[in-house]
Amino acid sequence: MLDPIKIREDFPMFKNNKEMQGKRFCYLDNAATSFKPQSVIDACNLYYENETANAHRGDYDLAYKVDVKVDEVREKVAKFIGAKKEEIVFTSGASMSLNLIAYGYGFKFLKEEDEILLTEAEHASNVLPWFKVRELTKCKINYIPLDEEGRLTPENLKKVINKHTKIVSVAQVTNVLGYVIDIKAIAKICHENGTILVVDGAQSVPHMKTNVKDLDCDFIIFSGHKMCGPTGTGVLYGKYDLLCKMDALMTGGGDNARFDMCGNVALLEPPLKFEAGTQNLAGIYGLGAAVDYLTKIGMDNIEQYEHELREYAISKLEKLDNVILYNKDAETGIITLNVKDVFPQDEATYLNSKGICVRSGQHCAKMLVDFLKTVGTVRVSLYFYNTKDDIDQLVEALKTGGNILDAFF
Amino acid sequence: MPSFSPEMMREIIMDHYNDPLHKKTPQNPSEYMSIRMDSTSCIDDITIYLKVVDNKIVDCMFNGVACTISTASTDIMCDLVIDKTLDEALYIFKQYTNMIYEKPFDEKVLDEALVFINTSKQAARIKCATIGWNGLEKIIKDDCHHEEK
Repeated sequence: MLDPIKIREDFPMFKNNKEMQGKRFCYLDNAATSFKPQSVIDACNLYYENETANAHRGDYDLAYKVDVKVDEVREKVAKFIGAKKEEIVFTSGASMSLNLIAYGYGFKFLKEEDEILLTEAEHASNVLPWFKVRELTKCKINYIPLDEEGRLTPENLKKVINKHTKIVSVAQVTNVLGYVIDIKAIAKICHENGTILVVDGAQSVPHMKTNVKDLDCDFIIFSGHKMCGPTGTGVLYGKYDLLCKMDALMTGGGDNARFDMCGNVALLEPPLKFEAGTQNLAGIYGLGAAVDYLTKIGMDNIEQYEHELREYAISKLEKLDNVILYNKDAETGIITLNVKDVFPQDEATYLNSKGICVRSGQHCAKMLVDFLKTVGTVRVSLYFYNTKDDIDQLVEALKTGGNILDAFF
Repeated sequence: MPSFSPEMMREIIMDHYNDPLHKKTPQNPSEYMSIRMDSTSCIDDITIYLKVVDNKIVDCMFNGVACTISTASTDIMCDLVIDKTLDEALYIFKQYTNMIYEKPFDEKVLDEALVFINTSKQAARIKCATIGWNGLEKIIKDDCHHEEK
């Protein structure tokens, strides 16, 4: 079983931040970003201190070393999600990955009569690029209805998918409600209807074992920084034939085999065709170390531990009369709540005064507000380095959560 | 200059949040200049309405979704700037922002706005305590700009 106390020793953020506002430092905003273990920081520094060279085009030992390393990390990431190495494209993060699919696939292939299906629980990153595709192609965007708890179910997809549906793009775990969606069943329905399935894995890949072959999704995307990796790193996985068909979002150095001034260009094969320009090489080094770190702990252990910690938190929060819980039955470490009659941002400030980092607001899922019937919520999000002490500190603070002005006086 | 105890300061903030006198939309919007102030980093999304006659603010109001700090600070702002000239309002704006950013300021003109003197204790909320004021400044300055044209 996983030992969070020992794990915390790997993270300089915990060594360097004992207190916030004079109280024990308590970080519960992991759905926004995660802390980095020393091994990830060391890997980034290794690139800067010992192995700085550009990839792809060097004829000397050092550049070759970087090429080999980037290749190794691609292999590691592929193995981490059950993919093949050539199906892994490095990006700057989940947003860039989704934009790449929207422009490279959606804009290229969708027509006016076609339809994209989303849900009202999606993050802005999985909505706005599709709005752009609609603007450019005049295609339609519709929403798969959520059930009364706010979940996407295969049954509800079946009700709305039709011969015009060309793309379904949904989060495996939504960033506000934290439900785990049955992607395998969703993929099956999509493929029976000749539709491709894009999965936003930003909140799922860091927290559970992912196997793209088992899920049978056509694309899955995620960020490095939410899984203990560096900011500015991300991944786009796509089935190889789809990557071949897709256009690159950017072209330039490093993604073409040859070109002439008459405009004839031969782009490299995927994944390199999508990686024009010098990549975030230090970040890729760090991403490799993050994959190693998570693999060593074990994704199944992480998932199980977070679920248990969540159950512990819910059992305590349920007892507070002044707290409204919006996703009591979700499986993951995302807990969405409000203190009765308190504006969520005021509550987040109050928790800040108690040393606790949480996020208030609409969490970019602005459309979901119409569904939750509240202007906003406070989001608590756990990772495997959180402890029962963190939960106890949160519960204790929420008991007096109505005293919001204490934060200022 | 008023002197408020912490208890009074809390009461003033909560009164202006629970019962904001100026939180409304004008009946005759064509007589008002307005600006929508929303923020990428928080939920606050308010519109400020300003009616100016002969260089004097005759009415000021706001409406929208806002937290305690932004509601109370904007409501107090309306109290302070109504019946002031544009120059006077800008002077008050300057004193208020100086207070928020912990610089020397003229206490005499701030009255109830002094309750926000501790905002920097929660630095992430400075934007809430200034969202209405920044909107007011933008309306006034943009309008001056138009007149110059």
